Amino acid sequence: MDVIPKWADVVLIPVISLLLAAILSALVILAIGENPWEALKLMVDGAVGSTYGWGYTLYYATNFIFTGLAVAIAFHAKMFNIGGEGQAVLGGLGVALLCLYIPWPHWSLALLGATAGAALFGAGWAVIPAYLQAKRGSHIVITTIMFNFIAAALLNYLLVGALKPAGSMEPSTGKFPAPTHLPSFQDMFSTADTVMFRGAPANVTFFVAIAACVAVWALIWRTRLGYELRAFGHSESAAKYAGISPTKIIMISMTISGALAGMMAINNVMGEAERLVLNAVEGAGFIGIAVALMGRSHPFGVFLSAILFGFLYQGGAELALWTSIPRELIVVIQALVILFTGALDNMVRMPLEKFFLARRRAAKPKTKLTPAE
Amino acid sequence: MDLLTLLQLLDSTVRLATPLLLACIAGLFSERAGIFDIGLEGKMLAAAFLSAAVAYTTGNVWVGLLAGIGASLLLSAIHGVASITFRGNQLISGVAINFLAAGLTVVIAQSWFGQGGRTPQLAGAARFNPITLPFADSLRDVPVIGPIYYELISGHTALVYIAFMIVPLTWWVLYATRFGLRLRAVGENPAAVDTAGVSVVGMRFAAVMICGVLCGLAGAYLATALQAGFTKDMSAGRGYIALAALIFAKWKPWPCLGATMLFGFLQALALRPDLIQRTLGFSVQTQLLDALPYILTVVILAGFVGKAIPPKAGGEPYVKER
Repeated sequence: MDVIPKWADVVLIPVISLLLAAILSALVILAIGENPWEALKLMVDGAVGSTYGWGYTLYYATNFIFTGLAVAIAFHAKMFNIGGEGQAVLGGLGVALLCLYIPWPHWSLALLGATAGAALFGAGWAVIPAYLQAKRGSHIVITTIMFNFIAAALLNYLLVGALKPAGSMEPSTGKFPAPTHLPSFQDMFSTADTVMFRGAPANVTFFVAIAACVAVWALIWRTRLGYELRAFGHSESAAKYAGISPTKIIMISMTISGALAGMMAINNVMGEAERLVLNAVEGAGFIGIAVALMGRSHPFGVFLSAILFGFLYQGGAELALWTSIPRELIVVIQALVILFTGALDNMVRMPLEKFFLARRRAAKPKTKLTPAE
Repeated sequence: MDLLTLLQLLDSTVRLATPLLLACIAGLFSERAGIFDIGLEGKMLAAAFLSAAVAYTTGNVWVGLLAGIGASLLLSAIHGVASITFRGNQLISGVAINFLAAGLTVVIAQSWFGQGGRTPQLAGAARFNPITLPFADSLRDVPVIGPIYYELISGHTALVYIAFMIVPLTWWVLYATRFGLRLRAVGENPAAVDTAGVSVVGMRFAAVMICGVLCGLAGAYLATALQAGFTKDMSAGRGYIALAALIFAKWKPWPCLGATMLFGFLQALALRPDLIQRTLGFSVQTQLLDALPYILTVVILAGFVGKAIPPKAGGEPYVKER
């Protein structure tokens, strides 16, 4: 029997964890001699105080939605995909190859093609660890970590070698051709007399990310496969007994997870940079872990917490610009969120369980169990 | 390749392998007790920063070393509380610790020294200096043995010799003491240890703390011996390479030495692309050398070349029966 009501599980616990992380972050800011309240005001102002700020917040959020969904869907099958970073690197490679070597007539077709390419490359990078887990019993966490490093080395190799245009000194591909440039929020929402989202990188990919949220929700809760996935996540032995093949679930969940992580590349590589550079992922694969934990592995929760992390990243950049607080403060906040919502979940949960148990006992003191019951 | 070049290559192998070795043995203690630790990287980084910062402030590297171990122990304590006391997910806790260290070191360094997230350069007694072993100078001209003794064995910092002594010590502790037997047992079958009246929680905390001390040594070595000061993200994935080495060594102390030396050798080779070109006649991409430890580990994990079987109760929080 669940001791904690559903609403407390999905809302109260994350909120308390977030508050704890916020309090500790405020203490860190105090300790380095800055004012936490001023810092928060600067962050809010910089991240959501203008359409420009929103444009950055939503751009970061788009990245985090993809990587968050990737971690979340793997969590449902009790897989911990820590390799989102490497899968997103490979996704970027897929996007770059498709954008550079295929003459797309229009951006919409290019988007479709690049999405498929990103998903394929990301999934490909996740399939090998998945196979090793399913068939050889190698721990998925370790293999996906190793694959992150291998992906980084591979991209490094390609960007200083085969993919670098002749004569260029920079380790990056050439600029993608114009028909592959995605419409940014500025192109989409500006009217003749007011320019919205000026210069911000948010682009049409944000809507692809929302569509991905809906698709993942439908997959997990409205399909047979989603049911099998969740059953496997709850109890491997029960799932096996019910005729669900562990190999199949591990392979499929990791493939989808890798594809989602790879799809991040249409936002950062195709939408923003419009070429492939080194370290284009910038840790978004790891932030996906925090986003999925915070969002309780539910696509809507992932969406909300991705926006929150987008806010933190843009706000943190503004903070670094105007104060002496370095950008790494965001990494601290991210760490605290992972710590409290993930590893120390029981620390928050145990006292709450006691509280709800006590309240339930107090609510119905007279009901006695009869032997018939 | 002449003897001297080879010795120089091996010498830099030893230098580069030392932090890997310390972190690898750190992971060995934790994982043999059933606590996965992917937070080696973060603990090294935190120790690197605090040891450099305190060594610079006090001018004494040994005080810095203690401070570095303290920082690492603090993170170990967080890992212990999260994964032993509150039975949280050990992997997630490790990830959190890595980020915590990556962020906090830069934030604190910036506010402490104001040099863009690094410490000032260390010099003199604020860092570990090479020790010339006895007779190294006088034996130098003896053929073969002389150069080996002078170039390779002598002239390292104290922490290198400590690291090499820790390997037999670890072997002795794990396989010849009651503590070691119990430590290995909580990693394989905690319920049996509990039945024997030994505290599983106590054993696991002890292991996690030993891991903290060793990561502290590894981190302090990076900032005060290998390099002269802390720079942002200076652990540069060494914690993960150590983890890879641990799997490569199949969670055993002596193979840990071999695995970290191999990975250290690959790192040393990557620094000397000219040597490969000269000896093999063709050039090997440095990116391949960088990726090789990870590729080797995946191959080992896949079980195609000898199977790596982790401690049985690894990653599982222990719940006492009622």
